[in-house]
Amino acid sequence: MSQILVLVDHVEGSVRKTTFELLTMARRLGDPAAVFVGRGWDAAAPALGEYGAEKAYVVPAEDADDYLVVPKVEALQAAVEAAGGAGGVGAVLVASSSEGKEIAGRLAVRLGSGVITDAVDIEPGDDAGVETTQAAFAGGYAVKAHVTRGIPVITVKPNSATPEAGPAQPEVETLDVAFSDAARKARIVERKPKAKTSRPDLSEALIVVSGGRGTNGDFGPVEAFADVLGAAVGASRAAVDAGWYPHSNQVGQTGKQVSPQLYVAAGISGAIQHRAGMQTSKTIVAINKDPEAPIFELADFGVVGDLFAVLPQATEEAAKRKG
Amino acid sequence: MKIVVCVKYVPDAQADRRFDDADHTVDRGGTDGILSELDEYAVEEALQIADADQDSTVTVLTVGPGQATDALRKALQMGATDAVHVLDDALHGSDALATSLVLAKALQKLEFDLVLFGMASTDGGMSVVPAMVAERLGLPQVTFAGSLTVEGDAVRIERDGDSSTEVVESSLPAVVSVTDQINDPRYPSFKGIMAAKKKPVQTWSLADVGVDPSDVGLAAAWSTVDAVTARPPRQKGQIVADEGDGGRKLVEFLATAKLV
Repeated sequence: MSQILVLVDHVEGSVRKTTFELLTMARRLGDPAAVFVGRGWDAAAPALGEYGAEKAYVVPAEDADDYLVVPKVEALQAAVEAAGGAGGVGAVLVASSSEGKEIAGRLAVRLGSGVITDAVDIEPGDDAGVETTQAAFAGGYAVKAHVTRGIPVITVKPNSATPEAGPAQPEVETLDVAFSDAARKARIVERKPKAKTSRPDLSEALIVVSGGRGTNGDFGPVEAFADVLGAAVGASRAAVDAGWYPHSNQVGQTGKQVSPQLYVAAGISGAIQHRAGMQTSKTIVAINKDPEAPIFELADFGVVGDLFAVLPQATEEAAKRKG
Repeated sequence: MKIVVCVKYVPDAQADRRFDDADHTVDRGGTDGILSELDEYAVEEALQIADADQDSTVTVLTVGPGQATDALRKALQMGATDAVHVLDDALHGSDALATSLVLAKALQKLEFDLVLFGMASTDGGMSVVPAMVAERLGLPQVTFAGSLTVEGDAVRIERDGDSSTEVVESSLPAVVSVTDQINDPRYPSFKGIMAAKKKPVQTWSLADVGVDPSDVGLAAAWSTVDAVTARPPRQKGQIVADEGDGGRKLVEFLATAKLV
């Protein structure tokens, strides 16, 4: 069976959940092989084995994180070669973050391969190919596609699969990759840390509670409901533009695209800009004063009412049920 | 400094967007098109750099069908110096890889110090073309810039990461994409609209930029669409009016769906 390379998304060896989703999906297609770039391999190894990595290509470059995108492209390229090129590699899977898509785009050019981004499902296709499913035009269409040339390079959206353990003992191969000059031209010279929150990451959270114009700048009830559900907090563009919540929490076309199990929209009208970022959520709940708000067209359950009354009551009720 | 802004002509998101039945490409003829809204931020940023440096020029570049001239015209009305339209029947159905090839070849012909893109198109929305163009040109890419300053032969940008704001420096020439946080695009003035009528728009064929027609278009795409299905509209859910128990009803729904 051919190897399915999965680029490990991690911070100093702490592996993000999307990588386990990719390893789970990779098992449908072939033998999962993790490609690990940077510091922290020892910390990452047990978790990658637990989710089925049969093989691991480790590029222990100390400075990989100081540069944008290109070092990871060159590490993946080296792993593809080590795995036998087109004869040995069935696909390369990368998480669909903005960086992930750029890595995939550059890698596809280098390999002379086709690329598909933002897949929400992947399955074995004809002739050992890979069939992908994407959502287009704000989720209004489902598109099935496959790569016709080279090694398929595919980015997969978070929450597209439930991580399932499938323990394996990865056979480790350390690759010595000398990054090119081109890889070192764009350098991260400073990182200004943001205030840490105990809430889950917006892109990969299973539940997201978002607030919009209707909050009038008070996200207290939104955050309280999010916390009782263990959810991430999102915001509409209107709320971000008004300066009520940070841009990194924006859900929509120009913010994060999320597809959680549950999306709660409070005081958000549901403009197409916002829908593009949340329409693939499994269950959608909306609270809005305006019964005509377009968000109700998407909602599986909607409450026409004031979020400042509805959310606190819901928070209390949810806390009671949790006991 | 010579700045080139790559822009895209897209179906208006407010109109009814659809796919062509015959070949699964985006129907760009049957719906009204506009300059991709997110590209206006790149045009504006280029104009601001040029406003501060009289020796700078701003060229807008697009690859697209005949109507794509409308997108170029809008950028010229905002204040761009001139425009180039790569137009060729063979381009129909080109994927991101082919588009990036044509853009890269046209950019090589134009010569430049800085290439600017919007953060995404409002139709395909892959956000991969800037990275692919940079790869083809062997250049650094700095994407999703929330602020940009040119310092000598380098650019310095800030981008909004999940856990930190990153400051990135890159040598020029470079490929940079900008977000909708970076500025407020200007509206064309009456003077700008009149001036744009006289500004040069060059039309280049694939032969002009040195691309073999067999490397682009639907037949040359390195991925293919097998099926497009319009999703059934989501089933109308249950909508209740809050009569003092809306919050409890909401949680009941979540409990029934096993979400709490």
